[in-house]
Amino acid sequence: MPTFFEPKQIVTPGDLLAEGEYIAGENTYVEDKKVYAARLGLVEYDNKRVSVVALKSFYVPRAGDIVIGTVVEVGFNSWTVDINAPYKAFLRPSDVLSRPFKPQKDELSQVLNAGDLIVAKIVSYDRSHDPQLTVAEPGLGKITRGQIVKVTPTKVPRIIGRKGSMISMIKEQTGCQIILGLNGIVLITGKTLEDEQLALTAINRIENESHTSGLTDRITQMLKEEKSKQEEQKE
Amino acid sequence: MNEKPEKLIDKKGLRLDGRKPDELRPVKLEVGVIPNADGSAYVEQGKNKILVGVYGPREVHPKHLALQDRTVLKCRYHMAPFSVQERKSPAPSRREIELSKVIRESLEPAIFMEYYPRTMIDVFIEVLQADGGTRCASITAAALALADAGIPMRDLVVACATGKADDTIVLDLMDEEDKLGTADVPVAMMPNLNAISLLQMDGKLTHEEFEKAVNLAVEGCKKIYAVQKEALKAKYVGIKEEEAEE
Repeated sequence: MPTFFEPKQIVTPGDLLAEGEYIAGENTYVEDKKVYAARLGLVEYDNKRVSVVALKSFYVPRAGDIVIGTVVEVGFNSWTVDINAPYKAFLRPSDVLSRPFKPQKDELSQVLNAGDLIVAKIVSYDRSHDPQLTVAEPGLGKITRGQIVKVTPTKVPRIIGRKGSMISMIKEQTGCQIILGLNGIVLITGKTLEDEQLALTAINRIENESHTSGLTDRITQMLKEEKSKQEEQKE
Repeated sequence: MNEKPEKLIDKKGLRLDGRKPDELRPVKLEVGVIPNADGSAYVEQGKNKILVGVYGPREVHPKHLALQDRTVLKCRYHMAPFSVQERKSPAPSRREIELSKVIRESLEPAIFMEYYPRTMIDVFIEVLQADGGTRCASITAAALALADAGIPMRDLVVACATGKADDTIVLDLMDEEDKLGTADVPVAMMPNLNAISLLQMDGKLTHEEFEKAVNLAVEGCKKIYAVQKEALKAKYVGIKEEEAEE
């Protein structure tokens, strides 16, 4: 039962990864007991499991995910939200208002208008139904300040780091609050514009170098250098 | 226009541009050339210059075209008015509509269409300069752009044409050979799966010639496939090397 690549090697769609009794993980497929890559990415062999960590991908909704989206349309009894996925998501008024929704009295555009950004959770999604959102939980709802960055959705785990090491480091170094939408949209809220800018450059750098190793250390170093530079300027 | 050449193959057995019968034109491939698109690729094959942009999977417009069990692939092959010697009308011609269909059908088997139902993938192919074999070069570039967009695929699709010029089977036809030669056989394939997804022929070939032509095209496809894979990796390998230098 051979495997054909070194772990962490770049593979392209159609590359034969392993032959025999292997389990096909993410971004792979099986034909005749052979596991092939389905996306451009880095191979990973974990016991019998063969998977590919995609270098570029798009977000596919999953129930329970926290996402950041833009309200694109206000309907009569729902909002349509763009969540950076192949499908548009829907948000019902009963999940936003704390009281029952009365179509005669309530004007939806006064609660959330087109263009508003929201942090929301996906309640349900399957092949035949568009994703359904809710904001009726602490920490969810309309975004009032901060900055938004878009990253490739597959790189969100890299920004989080092992057991959240990367993200907590960035939060600590910059003093910013960061909300990671699993759909690849990141919200940064800091005390000053400089802090936000710093967190932004860190995240952009992680996205560009996500497939390299020793990244957390390099980002820490970069943040420290930038911070001392800023302090020098202030003086 | 240039004068018609008397012979497509000279006494030494070389072609008009000095190639051997089984030699490809130089191929240059690049991905990620259009940042606005989800995926993109650029190909230069001989004098061909083709740009491909891929968008999606995204919501279907108009909505009634959506399929409940699979994604819809839309291809648009278009030649720029300045891509050929005599101005080509920018309106889609009969030939372009046909090529769009042919290219779509050659790409479909490579994509996992059933993964994202009720969506659409758009492939825009713009020929900037044409020199024979644009459908093949378009397929090669379109497959790269799809992979660059992160769309799950069984394999990359590569295409290459063979034909008959002056009674010789030649690989990778250029414009003169396409127009003055007697046969043209474009082949698109998925080399890892060893599957052919497009096979066309116009002109006349005997059984033996046809077999030889197809085999030669498959050889050509495999050569281009290697270039294609390198191009896809190149976007990321560059960063990896930078890191090693540090």
